[in-house]
Amino acid sequence: MFSRMAPRGRSGLGRSLAELGLLLLAILVLLDGTVLSLVAAISSESDTHEAKPVTHKNTSKKSFPVLGIKYDDVSVPFEIALWVLLASLMKLGFHLIPRLSNVVPESCLLISVGLLVGGILKLARDEVPPVLSDRIFFLCLLPPIILDAGYFLPIRPFVENIGTILMFAVVGTLWNAFFVGGLIYAVCQIAQDQYSDIDLSTIGILPCLLFGSIISAVDPVAVLAVFEEIHINELLHILVFGESLLNDAVTVVLYHLFEEFMDSGSVSAVDAILGLVSFLVVALGGVLVGAFYGILAAFTSRFTSHTRVIEPLFVFLYSYMAYLSAEVFHLSGIMSLIACGAVMRPYVEANISHKSHTTIKYFLKMWSSVSETLIFIFLGVATVEGEHHWDWIFLTSTVILCLVARIIGVVGLTFIINKFRIVKLTTKDQFIIAYGGLRGAIAFSLGFILHSEHKRIFLTAIITIIFFTVFVQGMTIKPLVELLAVKKKNEAKRSINEEIHTRFLDHLLTGIEDICGHYGHHHWKNKLNRFNKKYVKKILIAGDRSKEPHLIAFYHKLEMKNAIQMVESGGGSKLNSSFPSTVSMQNIQPKIQSPPSARPSERVLPQLTKGREEEIRQILRTNLQKTRQRLQSYNRHTLVVDPDEEGFDDLFLKKRRRMELDWKLKQMTNYLSVPRPQGSPTMSRARIASGRNTDFIPAQQKKGNKQSSDSQAYVKPGAENVPTIQIDLASPQSPDSVRLLDEVVQDQGLTMSLPSSSRGAYKTSGKDDGRDQQTLLRCLSDPGPDPDDDDDEDYDDDEPVPT
Amino acid sequence: MGALTSTPAPIEHADLSEKTGFSHRQIMVLHKRFKHLSDGDDVLRREDFLGIPSLKYNPIRKEIIEAFFNRRNFSPSRQGRANEIGFEEFLVVLSYFRPPCSKMTDEQRKNIRREKLKFIFNMHDADGDGLITLEDYKHVVEELLSRSGALGKETSRAIADAAMFEVARTVGHTDRDEFYEGITFEHFLKLLSNFDIESRMNIRFLKSNMIPGCTVG
Repeated sequence: MFSRMAPRGRSGLGRSLAELGLLLLAILVLLDGTVLSLVAAISSESDTHEAKPVTHKNTSKKSFPVLGIKYDDVSVPFEIALWVLLASLMKLGFHLIPRLSNVVPESCLLISVGLLVGGILKLARDEVPPVLSDRIFFLCLLPPIILDAGYFLPIRPFVENIGTILMFAVVGTLWNAFFVGGLIYAVCQIAQDQYSDIDLSTIGILPCLLFGSIISAVDPVAVLAVFEEIHINELLHILVFGESLLNDAVTVVLYHLFEEFMDSGSVSAVDAILGLVSFLVVALGGVLVGAFYGILAAFTSRFTSHTRVIEPLFVFLYSYMAYLSAEVFHLSGIMSLIACGAVMRPYVEANISHKSHTTIKYFLKMWSSVSETLIFIFLGVATVEGEHHWDWIFLTSTVILCLVARIIGVVGLTFIINKFRIVKLTTKDQFIIAYGGLRGAIAFSLGFILHSEHKRIFLTAIITIIFFTVFVQGMTIKPLVELLAVKKKNEAKRSINEEIHTRFLDHLLTGIEDICGHYGHHHWKNKLNRFNKKYVKKILIAGDRSKEPHLIAFYHKLEMKNAIQMVESGGGSKLNSSFPSTVSMQNIQPKIQSPPSARPSERVLPQLTKGREEEIRQILRTNLQKTRQRLQSYNRHTLVVDPDEEGFDDLFLKKRRRMELDWKLKQMTNYLSVPRPQGSPTMSRARIASGRNTDFIPAQQKKGNKQSSDSQAYVKPGAENVPTIQIDLASPQSPDSVRLLDEVVQDQGLTMSLPSSSRGAYKTSGKDDGRDQQTLLRCLSDPGPDPDDDDDEDYDDDEPVPT
Repeated sequence: MGALTSTPAPIEHADLSEKTGFSHRQIMVLHKRFKHLSDGDDVLRREDFLGIPSLKYNPIRKEIIEAFFNRRNFSPSRQGRANEIGFEEFLVVLSYFRPPCSKMTDEQRKNIRREKLKFIFNMHDADGDGLITLEDYKHVVEELLSRSGALGKETSRAIADAAMFEVARTVGHTDRDEFYEGITFEHFLKLLSNFDIESRMNIRFLKSNMIPGCTVG
């Protein structure tokens, strides 16, 4: 089995690294095995532990033990840590072998590793510790993944397609469950394999239906793991993923329902109706519990401005509480977690600091990544452990029925759904949705806790299905996507124009609905937004941030990212007066000051700075474009990528663009140099300092000196009064960013060499430059939001616009 | 139907239906609404629109109302503004918001896209010269942010700047002269090429399943 993982890379360095990594892995695995067997040995000796003190006293001449082994006390955490370490090293190892990770999705590799480890353990000790107990799974491994998914759920596409998603989740799952359950019962009755040691016809209808309900649910973990690598377009992604999240309620209800029925032995109509009611209770109850905790979390985050360090903790704790509370009442924990994350996010993000935000993001990704890895490995291990009942008829018919049920379900539902959708689902879409219905560890865990007499055969079948979907479907979906030319994820940047027009369109459609007198989606959405803005935001968001509309927040983020990206890749000296324009969103009052006497040396400066400033702005924009080209939604892999790693390509492109821009600037300076104000450089400096409209001055001048309303942008020649900018440190509004920008502003070598009369330009002066440089770099050194832009997803609290 | 004093005759109905693509029933409903807005009159004026209560909260209320009186939206060749509009023009403007038919050729889709974007372009282009200047765009952004209070002016300027930069980048360096003048419709199209307007700019209840073959503008 080792040969499967033999390094295939040809390059020397990569090969040796991979080999080293694999060697390390093998050592660790063996160590793990031996340690665990040691545990068994030691624990068996614990009986004789009592006898030891007695003998000890007798032989008092024994020397002081310098070194001893005392494994019992640390055994549990030790093993846990070892498993997690193993999982992480595995992940490392896979990414060292690029060819392998391109062909085979990570989930398959991890299951294989699990099989391997399980095999080793079995060989070493003839017994495998049951690691995938349902409690560990449901309480420790599953929540991080779901929270990660829920917190970063792209709200707008989710809510726009909520009707479709609900149809697939509820009706689709029900259909699958009954179809598979019913037909497998029929198969059991009819067929009989003389080689099997179990009599299939003894399996009643209820156990079959129970089995059907377990196997019918699409699994979010598996879907996430596979879909993240294939980058299909957002619509399909959210449809399959949303379905996998929401069908948890259905699964929970069906599972408990059939279990109850099995125990009680009979089914009546009342029970069926109660089942329906319980479904509503489970689903809605879960959502309500989650929303409640979400609001609590949002409210708490309002007051954390003095204890920034524990902000992420609140987010995690409240979400976990939501999950556990829902589980207490047998409500759908997954839906509760999703609701909690989705509800709290807009408010929490407005309240917490930038660093807390980064922390939350990183922690969630890290935990969910590790969890997912562990789940797949444990799945492999658990496969090796335990007896399996290989009944070929049962197994093959299960697999076939699952596939058939899925296909029929998707096709049928799409036919109905397309009548209500504006953007129809094509055949290709349907195929991907059907093919993407992967089963995973949730089904396994549910099967694990079955109390049925036929548990083993069910479990075998479940494992077979999981393996089939993950391996076969998981591996082939990527080439199929390529083959069918399914629309891929739109890699383009989220431009500010699109954002403007999204907002514009919202208002436009609301207005038209009002004119038509039709109370449609936009009308209610608008009403909800207004309610939100008027009341809810005031309560849940601290300070002035509650008034900040999305467009401004979006723009603010954009500029912030520009700044960070710029400093990281370009170096501090390039930072220039483009930043005052961003700080302009804080309180800026133009101040009139008398111009100083002109000095000849400074006449040269403005020309340079203007040109460079325009260059910098262009570079900022282009860099922003590059930043945006990261995947927009949650993707574990992109977080690993460091922007500096890819610096080489960026630098080269930037250089080329810079040369282009230089050419462009030469042309532009012709325009600019014509009717320049002959007055003091302070005026031009002021213009630069305002950082605005430097591009559009030619337009103004071309149009015959049309005075723009922006008096700071262009000053008539010979004017005595020069507006300069005074920057007030605005208080509650993102103090971090303002401080950051302020430090940046102080760093500008060029403008700091001004004569003292322009003192008014920057309020905070006379600070230590060196210290600021350092704080600046430290501040900006966390490669936080650059690699992925999932927080730029439109997380606004738009309300349902069902299709 | 009994309350209407001057219902358009069935012949006109068929005409309108063909021209705008609405079904007969929808035209009746919209005609009722028209009458309600215009207080029984045959023409609508700007003041009639201002009377709609829920429109008060809309930041771009003025632009929307203007769009109804903009002759360029009635037909591509006309110019200028009207002071009052009849039912036909009302319907024509509303027909821009019809959801697209289920089956469309690429050509039809492109046309619909063009039309809808032209509608929006006309809304931005206040003076009607076929160009969106920086001032126009700034005005748009200001309006959008006007409900947010104090932050409006400065930020909207900055945002409009950023937006214009993006236009420059999308359009390319070569069209420098045009860029400084303003955004033309072609640039606008290119700018929003990723924006799936044909599926977003729709009012659902204006959907008409009645007409097979879906006439397009």
